[in-house]
Order: sequence, then structure tokens, then C-alpha cells
Amino acid sequence: MLTLLLILLPLAAGIITLLSGAQLAKKVALVSGLAVLALAVYVWLQFDPSSGTQFSYRYNWLMNGSILFAGGMDGISLVLVLLTTFLTPLIILSAFNHEYKNSSTFYALILFMESALVGVFTATDAFLFYLFFEAALIPVYFLAAVWGGEHRLKVTLKFFIYTIFGSLFMFVALVYLYFQTPGEHSSAISALYALDLSPQAQGFIFWAFFIAFAIKMPLFPFHTWQPDTYTESPTPATMLLSGIMLKMGVYGLIRLLLPIVPLGMDEWGLLAMVLSVIGIIYGSIIAIQQSDMKRLIAYSSFAHVGLMAAGVFSVSANGLQGALIQMLAHGINVVGLFFIIDIIYLRTKTRYLDQLGGISQSSPKLSIMFMILLLGSVALPLTNGFVGEFLLLSSVFQYDNWIGAVAGLTIILGSVYMLRLFQKAMFGPKSKWAEDFYDLTLNEKAVLLPLVIMVFWIGIFPNTFLKITEPAVNQLLTLVK
Amino acid sequence: MYPIILLSVLGVVTLFLGFSKSKNVLLPSTLMFLIIALIGNFLEWNQGPLLYFYDMLRVDNLSLAFNGIVLASAFMIVAISGGFQNDADSEPAEYYALMLLSLVGAIMMIGFQHMIMLFIGVEILSIAMYVLTGSNKRNLRSNEAALKYLLMGAFATGFMLFGITLIYGATGSFNLTQIQAYVTTANVAAPSYLLYAGLLLLLIGMLFKVSAAPFHFWTPDVYEGAPTIFTAYMSTIVKTAGFAALYRLLDHTFAGAYSYWWIVLAIVAVLTLIVGNIGAAGQSSFKRMMAYSGISHAGYLLIAVTAISQPSQSAIVFYSIAYSLATICAFAVLLLVSREKANNQQLGEDYDAFNGLAKKNPLLAFVMTVSMLSLAGIPLTAGFWGKFMIFSSAADRGIIWITIIAILMSTVGIYYYFRVILASYLKEGDLTEIRVAPIFKAVMVFATVLTILFGLVPGIFEGLI
Repeated sequence: MLTLLLILLPLAAGIITLLSGAQLAKKVALVSGLAVLALAVYVWLQFDPSSGTQFSYRYNWLMNGSILFAGGMDGISLVLVLLTTFLTPLIILSAFNHEYKNSSTFYALILFMESALVGVFTATDAFLFYLFFEAALIPVYFLAAVWGGEHRLKVTLKFFIYTIFGSLFMFVALVYLYFQTPGEHSSAISALYALDLSPQAQGFIFWAFFIAFAIKMPLFPFHTWQPDTYTESPTPATMLLSGIMLKMGVYGLIRLLLPIVPLGMDEWGLLAMVLSVIGIIYGSIIAIQQSDMKRLIAYSSFAHVGLMAAGVFSVSANGLQGALIQMLAHGINVVGLFFIIDIIYLRTKTRYLDQLGGISQSSPKLSIMFMILLLGSVALPLTNGFVGEFLLLSSVFQYDNWIGAVAGLTIILGSVYMLRLFQKAMFGPKSKWAEDFYDLTLNEKAVLLPLVIMVFWIGIFPNTFLKITEPAVNQLLTLVK
Repeated sequence: MYPIILLSVLGVVTLFLGFSKSKNVLLPSTLMFLIIALIGNFLEWNQGPLLYFYDMLRVDNLSLAFNGIVLASAFMIVAISGGFQNDADSEPAEYYALMLLSLVGAIMMIGFQHMIMLFIGVEILSIAMYVLTGSNKRNLRSNEAALKYLLMGAFATGFMLFGITLIYGATGSFNLTQIQAYVTTANVAAPSYLLYAGLLLLLIGMLFKVSAAPFHFWTPDVYEGAPTIFTAYMSTIVKTAGFAALYRLLDHTFAGAYSYWWIVLAIVAVLTLIVGNIGAAGQSSFKRMMAYSGISHAGYLLIAVTAISQPSQSAIVFYSIAYSLATICAFAVLLLVSREKANNQQLGEDYDAFNGLAKKNPLLAFVMTVSMLSLAGIPLTAGFWGKFMIFSSAADRGIIWITIIAILMSTVGIYYYFRVILASYLKEGDLTEIRVAPIFKAVMVFATVLTILFGLVPGIFEGLI
């Protein structure tokens, strides 16, 4: 029941936000975001990692109850729900820096998005999963298309069609799987796990799922929508896309692809692994050459998600645990980094590195926060990025030494583009764009401080979260083997 | 059977009501007649399969459901038809009477048990449509459309009649039950080529009526030329009746010959999907896009017919409902916008006509958005579940490749449906506030609410048929 409440609460809050006036809307949105977070934390405290799926809800929905409206949380779901509910109020607060027209619609869409995302991470019926997976796309599409930059129409339409195109493949696969289930048919995800499919069928379904999730994350070579969309979207939408929505893809790999088609995984896993690793290197190299800061982070995000996928495709406890903890870390870091870029852009009216410089002189607090998030992102020990990358790389090395060696380059390349970003923007002679730069306001501190705390928390006590996911991951791995 | 009698009588009554020349008599009474017909229709619900008129007409829950869709669509279309009374030299009574009488044809097509009934039904419906298409007498496009429709339609009817003749030659009967008996036994012994040739010709005639490729060439011109209200009528009622007839023909009667005709329909379905979607993507006129979109939806419905089975039956019913609701909404908004544009001496049927719609007319923009999302098959709308049911009926039959093509094509669909949404929300335009009559508003809100409702709880109708 609590799970359903976590889905319905943001939905209801979104409707209230929509109806409240422009002045009130922000406050309503923020308060309800925090309320959802409080509920999620309560759920976390009630959660018992060892007892499987909890807080379930279950209603008959279609086909005389063989398709259910059902959900619940195991450890994997819980950490992603925590991530979503933690980031959403921060994203709402970070939007206070701007005056968006029709702000009540703007904030309502963010809350609708939260509702759909929680739905994706907790659905235990495959069709319900699909429904939320698609439903999450609509609010973020409108956020980007209405409040985005100059080329938004073209870019967002490409994004929308690209992702719908991918998920329709998943849809066909799910319909096919549904009809493979015995008797009255069932679309419960656990029923799909129990299927005994031929290797050939598994191969096809592997690709249907892979295309859907690879587009969403995105993996090489399905990433072409991503940099443009991230750059053209308003920053809150970019945060939603990179901080949370990308995780739907990784979650899909873990929840559906691995356990349903283990034989397909055996056959095609190597290719998928190689594509992921290509993405790591390719994304990093492009990131090094970027001058637009938002684009740079977009490519870095592309590189990071490649490593997460590689960890998942290694099908090992380390890889999965690493991917999960890295999802948390990446969500926190990337939201923080996009926010800092937004702050810089707001004050200097530019995002281009060659026009920036010397910001650190007038803003020590901003520099410190920026540095911490950045170090988290390049995986310095004791920061959140380290735990994830360590686990992920070790799993990839176990899978294959050579692939591991290539994937390991991410650490070096990551420091190159990140430190280059920091150096060009913050140090050096003060550029004329940055003359009136002032330090963080109270609002901005309120967004960055929780993020920075989490960078250290996950870095120093990763077990808080690893402990939650471990039983669920092990159970999943027994299904795969 | 009641609606046939009721509508025939009431259609003639409507003609006489034309003497009153009053706005306030015709429209309300036509609406009332349709409600009477709807009630009459559902009086026979759950009465089991009944045969009427010397076994020429069959009434069962499936045909009653289709009748319901057709009558309800007609009700909504008549409700938003207030417009053509403003035209000085129009004859509203004739139009209303023709609509009511053409429904008789639709209902005969839906419930036919005898080939002659099918033929008469198709003709009654078509001839009324030829006239209504050309009802904008002083408009060259409308006249061209009517002539084109008539000539092409006559050809198709010819094929159909020829097909019926050959089938009669092979089986010695016009009655579906006897034809079915023949098909079942003949299929075991020796296939009769006369029968299959006849079936093929009959299918050509029917596929023409539902505008499936490669028999679709009339559709864009006719849909564009006809007055918008009749375009809406054609694209919902004629299509629903056509598919009901196609389903009735193939489901039981020719089920024994499935291995012969399924591949024909499968190829036609794929062609229709490709032509419809690719064609629609290239249009700059919204109305013409809707014509191609109508073709593409015929393609989806054909998939369900190809995969003929129990689930595909409810898929066709559900899809017809979803499609009719969304299409009527879309045409309703188009009607309002283009009339407003015409008052300002502007072109009103392009995508650009919708620029900035949301600013002054949020309701219209919302209605349009929901109907476009539903047509595109985005989740949380009725259209999604329609597609879901159709794809799953095909998957149930094991015809996955068709589903994959359909999916590729429905991503193309998103592109052209979203252009309207983009235009109305994100582009600047000079549309002023459009005055919307209450009944107009009621129809649009009703259809939109239903579309969303079916998107959330698609199970409402389950187990009814």
C-alpha cells in the first residue's frame, strides 16, 4: 500500500500544483516534494532487506486479472525510489532561480514525472512497467519542448520519437512473452522469469529489450538524441533526464533483460559489453573537446552510463551492486553539476569555457561545492563515485581483462575532462563575463548542501545502500544462473 | 432490427420536417431520432443470435455493439453539425435525412447474413455518401470529390458484385451459413478456384470501402474535398461498418479457408500501414493528413482481421471506439478552427491554422491533444489499448513480423500527430477566442473524457460481447 501511496501522492500534489496560482505553485510543489521524500524515508526505515518484495499493492486491471495493476519494492526498487524522491525536491528548489512562465504547469509536470518514475521502479507487472515507462516520457517531453532553448522543437521531437521507437520494441517483446506464459496467461514479471524459452527466441527478445533500454540510457550507438536534448532542455528537465530517467534504462536491464533472457545474454552479452565500453571511451573523448559546459556534462553522463551497463552485462554480484550504487552516485553528481552550470550561466550569460575564467576569486563557496561534486564524478576515494566505479571495474576485469583495461581508461579520461572544465571555468584571469559574479545564495546552498553530504555519505558508508540491495541482487543472480 | 425500421421511418419524417425551415426543429429532432434508434438497438441485447427477414439479417451482441458505435458516432457528428445551417442555399433537412438513411445501410452491412443484404447495405451507405460528399455545391473541390468517389466506388461495387456471383456459382447460395458449410467441406476435399476467385474479388470491393492500400487512391482527395463534417462521417461510420462487415464475412464463413486469404490480407495490411503513415508524414494540410491517418488505421484494423480470433473481435470493437472518439474530436476542432479562419479570409485546413491555439482556446487545444495522443497510441489513452489488443491478437496467432512493421509505422505516426500539438502549444499564431456552442463543447468533453477513461480502465467493456 505504501508503494501505491508513493505513486499517488506526487500525482495528487501535481494536480494541486496545477490548480494553484503562479505564486503559490513553487511552494506547493516544494512542500509536496519534501512530503514524498519524508514518506520514502519512512518506507526505508520500515524496509527489511531480507524479506523480498514488500509494501505491495495489487489490483485486477485487464483480461480478467491476468494483467495486474501491481507493484512493490525490493532492495533494488527501494534505492531507486529513494534517489527519485531525494532528487525531486532538490530539482524543484533549483528551479526557483528562474522565473518560468506558467510556472504552475512547470512544477506540476515535475511532480507528474516523479509519480511515473516511482511507478516504473516499483511495478511488478510487465505491462504496468511499460505503461509507466512511457508515461514518464510525456511530462519531460513537455518540460523540454515548452521551456527549452532555441532549437527545442526539432530536438525534443527527435528525442520523443527515438525513445518511443525503442520502447515499442520492448512492447512487442512483452506481448510475445505474455502469450508464452502458461494457462490463463500472466504478465507478472515473476511469471516472465519462470518462462522456459528457446535460445533463438531469447536472442530476439534480448535485442528488443536492449534497443529499448539502450536508447533510454543511452548506449553507443543510440545516443545521438542525448547531447542535443540535454543542452536544449531547461536545466530542471535536464536534471530529471540525466539524474533519474536514464536510470530507468539501467533498471530495465537489471529487472527485465538479465533474468528473462539469460541465454540471449550468453549469446549476445559480449557484443553488448563491447558497445558499452565503446560508449565510455567515445563519450569521454568527445567530452574532452567540448566547450559548452552543459554538453560536456551530457557526454560525461553518456560515458558513465556506459560503465554502468558494462557492469550489468558482466552478470556478477559486483557488477550489479556497482551499477546500483553508481546510479545513486551519478544521479547526485550530475544533478549537482548541472545546477552549478546553471548558476554560472545565470550570472555570466554564457556556458562556453573559452569565455569563462577566474570565477573562484569571487565565489569560494561555489568553488568548493563544485570541486566536491566534480571529485565525486571522477571517482576519488571517499567520494560516492569511487565505490561504484571500483565495483564496476572489478566486475568488468573479472569478465575479461582486456575489456577491463579499456574500460579502466574512464578514470583517466574522466579526470582529464572534469579537471579541464574546472580549471577553465574557475581559475585563470577573470573573464569579462564573470565580472559581477557573486557567491551562492541561500536557495542555492540549500540545493547543493544535501548533494554534497550525500557525496560523502555514499563515499564513506556505502554499506548503508549496498546492504539494502544485496539480498535482491543475489536473488536476481540465482534466477539468471 | 429495430434501428433499421426506426431509422427508415424517421429518415423520411426528417425530410418532411424540412418544411419548417427552422433551426430549432431539425437538429434536436434528428438527435432525438438517433437516441430512439440507439435505445431500439440495445433492446435486443443478450437476446442471443436472432435471424430476421428470411435469414437475411443476423442480430447478435457483436453486431449490436457495432451498431452502437455507429449510432453513437452519428449522434456526436450530428450534434456538431450545426454549421451547415448557416449556409444560405443548403438543405439541412436533406442532409440529416441522408445521414439517417445511410445509417440503415451501415446497420445492414454490420448484420448481414445474406450476400444480397451486404450488397444493399453497401449501396445504401455509399450512395448517400456520394451525395453528401458533393453537398458543398458551389465548391469545385467538393464536386470533384463526389465525382471521383462515385466513379471509383462504382468500380469497387462492380468487383464486389462479381465476387458475390462467383461465390454463388461455387456454393449455390447467398446465405453465409450455407457458404460456410460448403467452404468447410470443400476445403477438405478439393479447393474450388471459383470460390477463391470470388472471395478475392469480394475482398477487393470491401477493402476499397475501408480505404486499404492499394485501393486507397480516392481517399485523400475525397476526404479533403468533402465538407469537414462529412469527412468525419466517412472516416468513422463508413470505416466501422466496413470492418464489421469484413469481420463477419471472414470470421465464420471463410474461417475454413484461412490459409488462403490470410496472406492476402496480411500483405494488404502492411501496404496500407506503409502508405498511410508515410503518406501522412508528408502532408501540410491537416485534413489531408487525417485522410492518410484514416488509411493507416485501416491498416491496424486489418491486422486484427488477419489474425481473426476471439481476442481480435474485441480488439476491433475497442479500436473502432477509440478511433471514432478521437477522430470525431479532431474533426470537431478542425471544424471550429477552419470556420474561424474562413471568417477572416484565411486558409484554415493546414497545420499552421492551429498555431497558437492553446493561448486563447485551451479547451480546444486540450481536446485536440488528447485525440492526437490517442490516435498515436500513447499510453493512458484509449488508442494505446486499441493497439495493444490488436498487437496481442496478432502475437497470439504467431504473426510477429506484421506487428514489428506496425510498430515501426506507428513511430512515424507520432511525428505527424505531434505536429498539431506542437503547433497549438508552442507556435505563435493570431487565433482569437473561438465561440463554441454548448452542445459542441459537450460532445468534445464527453469524447475526451471517454478517451482518457478507456486509457485508464480499458477493462470496462470486457466480457460484454
